[in-house]
Amino acid sequence: MQRNSVAIVGAAESTHMGKLPEMAQIQIHADSALNALADCGLTIKDIDGVATAGHNAVELAHYMGITPTWVDGTSVGGCSFMLHVRHAAAAIEAGLCTTALIPHGESGRHWIGRHGPSIFPSLFQMQFEQPYGVTRPPTMFTIPVMRYMTDYGLTEEQLAMVAVTQREWAGFHPRASFRDPITVDDVLDSKMICYPFRLLMCCLVTDGGGALILTSADRAKDFPTKPVYIRGTGESAETPLISQMSDFTSSRAFRVAGSTAFEAAGISHGDVDHLMIYDAFAHLPIYGLEDLGFVGRGEAGAFIAEGNTRLGGQLPMNTNGGGLSYMHSGMYGMYALQEGVRQMRGTSPAQVEGAEISVVHGVGGMFAASGTIVMTNVA
Amino acid sequence: MSSDGRVIPVPTPETQHYWDGAKAGELRLQRCTDCGHIYFPPRPFCPTCGSRAVEVFTASGRGRLFSYVINHLPSPGFTPPFAIAVVELEEGPRLMSNIVGCPQTPEALQIDMPLEVTFERLTDEITLPQFKPAT
Repeated sequence: MQRNSVAIVGAAESTHMGKLPEMAQIQIHADSALNALADCGLTIKDIDGVATAGHNAVELAHYMGITPTWVDGTSVGGCSFMLHVRHAAAAIEAGLCTTALIPHGESGRHWIGRHGPSIFPSLFQMQFEQPYGVTRPPTMFTIPVMRYMTDYGLTEEQLAMVAVTQREWAGFHPRASFRDPITVDDVLDSKMICYPFRLLMCCLVTDGGGALILTSADRAKDFPTKPVYIRGTGESAETPLISQMSDFTSSRAFRVAGSTAFEAAGISHGDVDHLMIYDAFAHLPIYGLEDLGFVGRGEAGAFIAEGNTRLGGQLPMNTNGGGLSYMHSGMYGMYALQEGVRQMRGTSPAQVEGAEISVVHGVGGMFAASGTIVMTNVA
Repeated sequence: MSSDGRVIPVPTPETQHYWDGAKAGELRLQRCTDCGHIYFPPRPFCPTCGSRAVEVFTASGRGRLFSYVINHLPSPGFTPPFAIAVVELEEGPRLMSNIVGCPQTPEALQIDMPLEVTFERLTDEITLPQFKPAT
């Protein structure tokens, strides 16, 4: 793919986020999509491509009144939307569609009009993991971390600092679920969920959505919004079984998706002004910083604890507060992308001044899949 | 699913030998006779080289505690807090297990501690490999 040949022209979150007991999941999709259309001055009739995850893409197209020439139902967990952006950029460049809508809606808290508890069932997981008592993500995603702590000396206090740092960023965002500052002691004293993980090291469970609209860079210049160009992308997958992750201290899917995106974008780490790393749990930014190559193996816990990802730090990261504090409906990738777009438009409540390149990195399942998007406001 | 809600494995033709082994008190793995790779979970070809020339053999049942959590959330058929662990077998593959026969505490559960297989009968058909501290 050519760099910057496709741009995000429309981006919006659902009108309300958090608790939406009045809305079925598909309507959260639609609400987000209508907001994104309004954001860029398009109507639904302008949309000829659609991609979504966690919900039937055909049902969504019908519900929205879209007649697509390109449909993508790739559903690999919370990073599916990074993959959709990648696939949509390729589809637009190849002429499969001209204007792609990527909506997300999730009734993650109230479970209204959504599929059962397992959106991504793995039959091997049911045969070889669930009999040992794993249930929801906190009981699976956390399993590799004791190995990491043993091998690299990561401390519980450093894990807690991930949550503390992100709460600082959330404080800038009126729409964040939790904005009050917290301390390391607050995190370590919060309810034990799955040792060594306490409640405040785990993501929120909320309702909400978001949507993106992409078109060619040539057309993007005519929109009222500041184009956010797709400079490079990557994706990969490893295993649906956390027990079969090849290296418990590093995600192969992260490494492949990240290096592919950096190479495609033609950037080095020093070029990155702003970073989003999907944080379903406090260890994910640690794995992400290392697997994307921003720091060496075993260095990320100290890097975060020393303040490098804070306001004024050398690498502002998760500037919406992340899944730990901003919102997490279950498939958080969309919200990380939204904050990347806001930063590139210069409209984030926690704006990084002068930022020109944002890297948005997502995880799907429990280190099962990954997608990385390099976006820029420089054509 | 059992009466207490615990998930009971449902074998497929490709995994039946593993569950037959557990019922017989054996932990069975597979080995590629072309490249020598030993692997888990079961499948009738080698995930490293793609060869269909694979054989089933009985593992030593010895391993080490590779990583774990102590789950405090409710889980059907279990009484929290309880450990959910990954065991690295002497032969190389890793698999999920609980750690039975010892306190479910960070003090008792030391990373890299030696473990050995034991078997937990769930139903007439399904017995689950489990691990306990090595004697």
